[in-house]
Amino acid sequence: MTETMTMASAINAGLRAALDGDPKTLLLGEDIGRLGGVFRVTDGLQKDFGEQRVIDTPLAESSILGAAIGLAMRGYRPVAEVQFDGFVYVAFDQIVSQLAKMHARSAGMVKMPVTVRLPYGGGIGAVEHHSESPEAYFAHTAGLRVVTPSNPVDAFHLVQQVIACDDPVIFLEPKRRYWDKADVDVSADPPLPMSSARVVRQGSHVTLVTYGPMVRTCLEAAAAAALDGSEIEVIDLRSLAPLDIETVAGSVSRTGRCVVTHEASVFLGVAAEVAAAVTEECFYNLEAPVLRVGGFHTPYPPSRLEQHFLPDLDRVLDAVDRAMAY
Amino acid sequence: MAIPSHAPDDRFVQLLTPEGERVDNSDFPLDITDDELRALYRDLVLVRRVDAEATALQRQGELGLWAQLLGQEAAQVGAGRALIPGDMAFPTYREHGVAWCRGVDPLTLLGLFRGTTNGGWDPEAHGFALYTIVIGDQCPQAVGYAMGMQNDGAENAVMVFFGDGASSQGDVNESFIWASVFNSPVVFFCQNNQWAISEPLERQTKIPLFQRAWGFGFPGIRVDGNDVLACLAVSRHMLQRAREGAGPALIEAFTYRMGAHTTSDDPTRYRLDSDVEAWRLRDPLERVRSFLHKQQLVDDTFFDELDAEAEQLAKRLRHGARALPNPGVDDMFVNAYSEPHTLVERQRDDYVNYLAGFAGEVDA
Repeated sequence: MTETMTMASAINAGLRAALDGDPKTLLLGEDIGRLGGVFRVTDGLQKDFGEQRVIDTPLAESSILGAAIGLAMRGYRPVAEVQFDGFVYVAFDQIVSQLAKMHARSAGMVKMPVTVRLPYGGGIGAVEHHSESPEAYFAHTAGLRVVTPSNPVDAFHLVQQVIACDDPVIFLEPKRRYWDKADVDVSADPPLPMSSARVVRQGSHVTLVTYGPMVRTCLEAAAAAALDGSEIEVIDLRSLAPLDIETVAGSVSRTGRCVVTHEASVFLGVAAEVAAAVTEECFYNLEAPVLRVGGFHTPYPPSRLEQHFLPDLDRVLDAVDRAMAY
Repeated sequence: MAIPSHAPDDRFVQLLTPEGERVDNSDFPLDITDDELRALYRDLVLVRRVDAEATALQRQGELGLWAQLLGQEAAQVGAGRALIPGDMAFPTYREHGVAWCRGVDPLTLLGLFRGTTNGGWDPEAHGFALYTIVIGDQCPQAVGYAMGMQNDGAENAVMVFFGDGASSQGDVNESFIWASVFNSPVVFFCQNNQWAISEPLERQTKIPLFQRAWGFGFPGIRVDGNDVLACLAVSRHMLQRAREGAGPALIEAFTYRMGAHTTSDDPTRYRLDSDVEAWRLRDPLERVRSFLHKQQLVDDTFFDELDAEAEQLAKRLRHGARALPNPGVDDMFVNAYSEPHTLVERQRDDYVNYLAGFAGEVDA
């Protein structure tokens, strides 16, 4: 059964399926009930599943995570929403000190099937603290998984896969792509395992690795480059922790060149890890150093400057050209 | 307009005076058998012996650290024995007396402080969550667990333990709000032992801690934390109230940390011996011993047998702690995640291979 959906409505459909499928699944967060979420991702769910399963919480992010941990201990499968990327730091302690470590410190006796839904990234002209990309903090934390969809089809399936996962998962939703549309077959099986990357466009000259909001940008860049005769292979990582290095290395071994791009600052970012891993795996196949394109080492700027902060098609292609020039 | 008084409020619920005299309290009548009284005293003695033995083991280098409960036995045993099967306790790192009441082997606690485990028991099986070291983190978790109980329609309650220092944490105050607005079946049990390492109560609060509850919209009460009967009676009352759907409550157990914060601390740098001596007169064990004597509920044989039991327990811990096996290297990797994880598996394989390279070498 195929429907045309935005990413926001695809996540909504995925959440609905998870709530339908398991009475232990419940949602908690700020404004997710009556309002349906500030991005309407949870629209209508409280009406259909009740206030016990779609819970409007007090405005206290640390306790949203703390309560989710307690609910998980009680046998629930909580999906906690933190309203914006910039508000997640309030809950950082519960995520890093408690959520991530509980399974290990209990020697596997306590499972933490907690999903943290987090709209992230810039590009929507928002005020301060609403455009951040905190993925590296979470990817760096052992015990957590980090997953991010780039399109409505993946969003529909991935949100259900992360909820079904017995480990805690930070589910990063690229907020500037919430309104991108695609045809979603809601009766289909998930196309890929949760932690697998996907080659979203094939090419032989250079591998362009990205995720989340930058996948569309990279596909547009690859289409533009094709007009000039450059064949760019684009990889959507989908999972940032763990990384599917096998898929990336397989591609780079053929192309010999690799560019990695994301919105977050490149310094100690996901791209740095990809670059290091590719260098280890593909050393004798590399024709050029792995190049990174991303945000600057500055606080996220006022939105009138964000087009300079966010990598765009031209900056991506500039890096591709530099990689090709070696 | 009258300015509210911020004078310390030293009234508290007391059912047994430091001299061992029973006091009646119509709000908190305690229905208790002679056997239960003797059992409470046994708990107090054995828990104190566990604490003393663990402190000694730390001094002997067998434990890396120990957080002493000395002086807080009555608060912990009174609260711990008020819990029933199906209830859940969320401890800090000093709740050895509650752990005892919930059937956690003290030897398991020693493993935490020896460094053989970061957990060690099954929280569901014991109704006792893992120790929490980051101050106050367990409080929102306790409320979440209580919300789950509510959803399940369970007639149980959660008791969450924290200290006077933790009362300043955001997470603790948030958990008060959550429990209040969701009417969660959770009893906040604050052991006010007067000291947060070196910081006195006055650095945490200008009003008696139990009064904080009033501003959050639920009852708060102070109990003599060195009186096991009062702690038991008030805890039973508040837990039952929570189980019946009347919502959260805050119990402030007014007590004193007779020992150091941990074995790494030196309290002589920040508090007076005379204060400690004054609290020694309010010892939680002596008053029960005195009461049992006066009521002729015990004879010398009882005390002799209890002493012997305590020594047996200490001996088991002494030998058991030294014999606790070091965890295997593999343990570090296998429980990092619940489901397969490519990176961790690869790191484990690499490290196992690395170690295998030393096979056959003789240890220095």
